[in-house]
Amino acid sequence: MINLVIDGKKVSVPEGTTLLEAAKVENVKIPTLCYHDDLCIAGNCRVCVVEVEGWRVLPASCATPAMEGMVVYTNSPLVRRARKDILALLVSEHSTQCTTCYRSTNCELQDLASEYNIDNEIYLNLLKNKNFTIDRTSWAIEKDESKCIRCQRCVRTCAELQKVNALDVINKGADMKIATFFDTVLSDVVCTNCGQCINRCPTGALTERRYIDEIWEALGDPDKHVIVQTAPAVRVALGEMLGFEPGVRVTGKMAAALKHLGFDSVLDTDFAADLTIMEEGHELLDRLKRKLVDKEDIPLPLMTSCSPGWIKFIEHMYPDHLGHLSTCKSPQQMFGAIAKTYYAKRIGVAPENIVNVSVMPCSAKKFEANRLEMNDSGMQDIDLVCTTRELGHMIRQSGINFKEIPPAKFDKFMGDSTGAAVIFGATGGVMEAALRTAYEVVTGREVPFDGLNIKPIRGMDGIRDASVKLENVLPEWSFLEGIELRVAIAHGLTNATQIMEDIAIGNSPYHFIEIMACPGGCIGGGGQPIPTNAEIRQKRAEAIYTEDEKMKIRKSHENPEVIQLYKEFLGKPLGEVSHHLLHTKYTRRERV
Amino acid sequence: MAKQKLKRVDLIFSQDCSCRDILAAAFSKSKEEIIQMLIDSGLKGRGGAGFPTGLKWKMAAEENSNRKYVICNADEGEPGTFKDREILDRVALKVLGGMALCAYVIGAREGFIYLRHEYRFLIPKLEKMMETFHKWMDEFDLDFRVKLFMGSGAYVCGEETSLIESMEGKRGEPRNKPPYPTNNGYLGKPTVVNNVETLVYTMMIVRIGADEFKNMGIEGSSGSKLFSVSGDTPKAGIYEIEMGMTLEDFVKEFGDGDTKAVQVGGASGFCVPRKRFKETTIGYQGGLKGFSLPTGGSMMIFNSSRSMYNVLHNYLEFFEEESCGQCTPCRVGCQQLLKGIEAIKRGEKSHKYLNDLLRLAETMKLTAKCGLGQSVGNSFSSIVENFREEMIY
Repeated sequence: MINLVIDGKKVSVPEGTTLLEAAKVENVKIPTLCYHDDLCIAGNCRVCVVEVEGWRVLPASCATPAMEGMVVYTNSPLVRRARKDILALLVSEHSTQCTTCYRSTNCELQDLASEYNIDNEIYLNLLKNKNFTIDRTSWAIEKDESKCIRCQRCVRTCAELQKVNALDVINKGADMKIATFFDTVLSDVVCTNCGQCINRCPTGALTERRYIDEIWEALGDPDKHVIVQTAPAVRVALGEMLGFEPGVRVTGKMAAALKHLGFDSVLDTDFAADLTIMEEGHELLDRLKRKLVDKEDIPLPLMTSCSPGWIKFIEHMYPDHLGHLSTCKSPQQMFGAIAKTYYAKRIGVAPENIVNVSVMPCSAKKFEANRLEMNDSGMQDIDLVCTTRELGHMIRQSGINFKEIPPAKFDKFMGDSTGAAVIFGATGGVMEAALRTAYEVVTGREVPFDGLNIKPIRGMDGIRDASVKLENVLPEWSFLEGIELRVAIAHGLTNATQIMEDIAIGNSPYHFIEIMACPGGCIGGGGQPIPTNAEIRQKRAEAIYTEDEKMKIRKSHENPEVIQLYKEFLGKPLGEVSHHLLHTKYTRRERV
Repeated sequence: MAKQKLKRVDLIFSQDCSCRDILAAAFSKSKEEIIQMLIDSGLKGRGGAGFPTGLKWKMAAEENSNRKYVICNADEGEPGTFKDREILDRVALKVLGGMALCAYVIGAREGFIYLRHEYRFLIPKLEKMMETFHKWMDEFDLDFRVKLFMGSGAYVCGEETSLIESMEGKRGEPRNKPPYPTNNGYLGKPTVVNNVETLVYTMMIVRIGADEFKNMGIEGSSGSKLFSVSGDTPKAGIYEIEMGMTLEDFVKEFGDGDTKAVQVGGASGFCVPRKRFKETTIGYQGGLKGFSLPTGGSMMIFNSSRSMYNVLHNYLEFFEEESCGQCTPCRVGCQQLLKGIEAIKRGEKSHKYLNDLLRLAETMKLTAKCGLGQSVGNSFSSIVENFREEMIY
């Protein structure tokens, strides 16, 4: 243990503890900006400086290890003055139009500037003579240079968590800034739209492209029937936007609020998640059959396709391996295609008068909805995508007292869901849902795990794997008798890369792999409330699994509406109609 | 006490010794002996920061690692220094010899000369010298090879951790310290980064002995050093002089009779006005009473025809561009200092704003991530404090 003194108190911490962490032990919160729990230490904002007796300079506490005998002051006159100066410098190159900023009241710079009482007249305004641009070319992400404080959290996110490197530092000195490769527009670079950068941006420099006004416009149009669907992960995070602690489930309140906002049909993406399991589960079994029985050269492992960030990633980085992807559309897009066909007919509304809105924990869904092939209903299947954050803003704007609103249920049809669908929101959830169904289809029995909870594939490890032995299978699946079904799960694209490298050299031992672009899966998505960190992801995941346990039906193939849909419209999984509406194809993309 | 007169020395460029003989003598000694010799000599890094060389080698030698590196920092970028270029042009074998000494002491098999981009004309000559040198290494049976690595023109890459980052193919930006390169340097391995001139002096100390080296100079600043003299002087050039001279003696020797100020240590150094020439000694801070200034060798002389506002403006423009931009105090601070003195000059800001800027310069010294940002305040404060009226009118 290392012994030191912080603000007059003796502290003992393990070797390697930083001064920032050591101060936390003593309940002293040192302000930070470039620091983020999920990322490596940068030590470049310098807001966290402290005074150490005998040192010539004030070291950054995030980057300085505690050393034996150190005497540290976290709030001395020198420290206060230095921090105030540094904050004033940051403010001097920051567009301080807080009144109109989307991140106002959720901005780390704003909080500190207010805490330290920064007078923005101290230093000259450096923005005046610079030409800053707002990049609005991407369907998903907006980048406003005038609000960037160059902490490089986005750069580290894109490099460390996602291995995409869409954002990097260019130029030096006064011209140093965060930019794309060759400073091209965001729509033209290798970007997966995952939005993890947005989630780690301390200010409003990176935000999702917002569609709030378009949604209000649709809601105000009497000729339109506006449908809203909400993804599984939204219900365990939306509360954070509206005064609840992380990990509180607000499913009923959310449905009630959406009705209050004026949506004509308040439906559930979970329904489509169950539908996805039906299609994807059968696709897996079909591929296994073609491989094992028909000896076809069919790509295995099969990989999930629900995460649009992951899809764009593999299209760019591994275009030769797109055959591994399930052809199933994501739940959002399955929902969109069914809503403008079967559902439209069912409620007697012309599809062109339907506006499909989806609330997603994701920024990449905005891009996905705008993919040219996503128009199998004869028009764009999903019209407008908003994030959990945008919905939070809309609810605030509407004046609804979210905390007190009595819960409501989703409308029918396409409002029924199962526990299997809910867990889509957490990493490993799609795999668990698929196993619950596929195992039962093949053996006629429930998965051999206590209470249907396939715990070995849950958790937050970056890559996890497991296997299930198929025994005493039903006669029609006899070719699977005795087979050890091997599955793997990865979340975060850096982890996905590891899986793909094995596949690329033909060395993957798995049959089925779930990949989610974002750490933690959708609960940690780029459209989720800020902040998102390991602790918050854990709480949201726990809420997801609680939601699952509380559901009456917990297997996708038992969703009554899904059963009805197959009976009345689709026929059978992988059938003709499914093929047309629920499956898709992928695009080879350039790497630069 | 400071010695009174300038004492010219001729060690670095002298040709009266064979590098090969020096190396032969060195390799007959133990590693510990060489380290002790360097420590006894009091040699400090000649790049300007003044870290004791013997100690640096000792730290790297004590690291347990299968790979270690020696890097010669030839990214001479401080405005007003041009000594390393001359050393590499004229006595490159001494530099290589110093690297071999270091390699022998710390146990490195690979070394690099990180050569300033603008010095690429030296490449053919250096490659020829390296050929000779590598033959010697074979003859001495020392498994050590030196490669050239070209810088790309960033001033900050003279800072050793930025230099290492750039060698690793990354943006040349300073790292957080600790860890220091002697423990975690190039490719994460123990690495000694020494200035060109420092390496030559390690050879000279082996030749003349620690005592004789220590006999030169003053307490805390032993030996001699190369000075790059420029500006308003009839005798611009490179001079090897004992450490510890006073600026008064220096100006007497090199000034044009009308010297108003001397900038010691380049843009990142200190400006000394005429009234303080007498009390200012050139040497490392520490062993001396009074006012002592370290320098990497840059000595810029300004006479009364010069506007110190223009001098400062020039430095700040340099820093505003050469900051890597990574940390807030340096990136934004440099811009504020530059735009600030411009605004005062134009009358848009009151002269009292200089006090705010002086405070900002102090914050930069205390909080910037690396030596670059920490030293911008040196020239700023010393020029503004001594020539305040020139900033305003």
